[in-house]
Amino acid sequence: MKEARLMQGNEACTEGAIAAGVRFFGGYPITPSTEVAEIMAETLPKLGGTFIQMEDEIAGMAVVIGASLAGKKALTATSGPGFSLKQELIGYACIAEIPVVIVNVQRVGPATGQPTSPSQGDVMQARWGTHGDHPMIALSPWTVRESFDIGVMAVNYAERFRTPVIILLDEVVGHMRERVVLPEDEDIEIYPRRAPASTIAEGYKPYTPMADLVPNVADFGTGNRIHVTGLVHDETGFPTGSAQVTEDTIKRLHEKITRVQDEITHYDEFFMEDAELVVFAYGGTARTAYVGVEQARKKGIKVGMIRMMTIWPFADKVVEAVAKKVKAILVPEMNYGQLVLEVERASHGLTKVVSLPKYNTMIFTPNEICSAIENLAVEVAK
Amino acid sequence: MRDYEEYFRNNRLPHIWCPGCGNGIVMKALAKAIAKLDLDQDKTVIVSGIGCSSRASGYMDFDTLHTAHGRAIPFATGVKLANPELNVIVITGDGDCTAIGGNHFIHGARRNVDLTVILFNNNIYGMTGGQASPLTPVDKKATTAPFGTVDRPFDPCELAKAAGATYIARGTAFHANPLVDLMVKGIQNKGFSLVEAITQCPIAYGRKNKLGDAPNMLKLMGENGVAIDAYNKLTDEQRGEKFPIGVLYQKEAPEYTAQYAKVIERAGGTRK
Repeated sequence: MKEARLMQGNEACTEGAIAAGVRFFGGYPITPSTEVAEIMAETLPKLGGTFIQMEDEIAGMAVVIGASLAGKKALTATSGPGFSLKQELIGYACIAEIPVVIVNVQRVGPATGQPTSPSQGDVMQARWGTHGDHPMIALSPWTVRESFDIGVMAVNYAERFRTPVIILLDEVVGHMRERVVLPEDEDIEIYPRRAPASTIAEGYKPYTPMADLVPNVADFGTGNRIHVTGLVHDETGFPTGSAQVTEDTIKRLHEKITRVQDEITHYDEFFMEDAELVVFAYGGTARTAYVGVEQARKKGIKVGMIRMMTIWPFADKVVEAVAKKVKAILVPEMNYGQLVLEVERASHGLTKVVSLPKYNTMIFTPNEICSAIENLAVEVAK
Repeated sequence: MRDYEEYFRNNRLPHIWCPGCGNGIVMKALAKAIAKLDLDQDKTVIVSGIGCSSRASGYMDFDTLHTAHGRAIPFATGVKLANPELNVIVITGDGDCTAIGGNHFIHGARRNVDLTVILFNNNIYGMTGGQASPLTPVDKKATTAPFGTVDRPFDPCELAKAAGATYIARGTAFHANPLVDLMVKGIQNKGFSLVEAITQCPIAYGRKNKLGDAPNMLKLMGENGVAIDAYNKLTDEQRGEKFPIGVLYQKEAPEYTAQYAKVIERAGGTRK
């Protein structure tokens, strides 16, 4: 067993990504994500990898896409303002189907906002920040150890589905230190870079979807002479104005993710057996929410908790199943109320959904969560 | 030497450029330069931005990357750093490179990454229908400058020099054969190279500024493009609209990927 270490969330996330094979980092300094860049700068050359500090956030996104195409597993890290700047190229990676991981350690916005107080204000931006229709995978850890696991998982998903994956850290988990025991190297599953199964002579086309709807786009320099573009393209990779190809492409980009939605939906359930109320939380907020739920339980309230790790695609089925069973769902978030909109949608009016927003730079206290549960218990009893 | 035509994707031609456009001449010069150098076709990557000239990547038979507006240089930087054995050539236009991509341009030059940037300069945003670019000369007309531009243009070669590029040349579509050699030297330079290729846009720029048809615009380039040594001997009065062509600047400096290889060595790693 590995020795226990006192680690920070950002640090664990970075080590997870490296364990999953990341050998290229490009980015721009921004608090509270900078530790990711600093650890990459120190570690990657030791492993024969490459670190580069770019001139701006957009270049930080561009350089990792380029590196990924040339065969390296690649990651960039940022926070709110930089995340906004990266959005166009996140869309590029979606349509050109290039594996990259973006770590966004959220802080209070909009704009420069309240640097660098904690926030969960980029939940919707993670989903819809880039223009046009596209799927998105976003994962949010609530512990330092899980930051490591998500670092591994994000890289694996990016490679397997050839799509950008966003790690939605928040300043709470990102900067917090906890005692962790990391998994043994041999216990870490690594998804390898996909490679063409056939040659050009055998009719290889870089964007032909495989059975899992994901294409095996060849790395540059492997003799396939492929074309990669942000324009809508057909299986050859070359642009087309075809309405049919456009429709098929947008549909396939979504379906390659939705078909595995259950598999990539990760969450925890606590005290759900007899729950009449449920707290739905994620990231740093879930930590104090859990303590608040325990307090309310001690007061005799039948409250359970759902803790989401997979933020996008949204866990419609999980929420719908819960909505059928309980009287109300409480959604605390460090924002003005974002993911609660999805909880409402997925509940189909089957239960009461209550937003508990907080957007004043302060994290939730367990007492706040507990009082909100108590108030809700009174309300539903009426 | 292989025939330059072998470097085109014939099934992707004809191109989308307007009749009289000079981009084809510049693209041909690049194919000829690659043929002269006998670059490994499977180890050469062409990266472009967005705009008329950036469509050239789709016509050339290499690994090709048509990126986002202004971002060709940082994408190319990622390709080169991830696999330094690749020859990486960037195709960009005046708006792509010096407006939206201006920051990347100067930082690419500053780092001296081994990239060769072919800047197709037609003095206008062609694909969007003729708006002024940072390389549109003062007083010239554009759809967004109907009374003539007041913005002063960059000299991209001087800009690249100040930023640290180690090979800088300017050619024109009129001087098509010398342009090939300027590109050959640019690709040979181990570092950030800029080849500014002046090209004509008779539809969106020439027409608006009464410069005549494509042959006339080429003729003007022939008259105004003066070899650097001869240009240096001209008085300011004689210079007028003339501009220097040829190899404008060359300097030895450490190349980025070679320097980073030393970083890996210092850190005790082995490049993979």
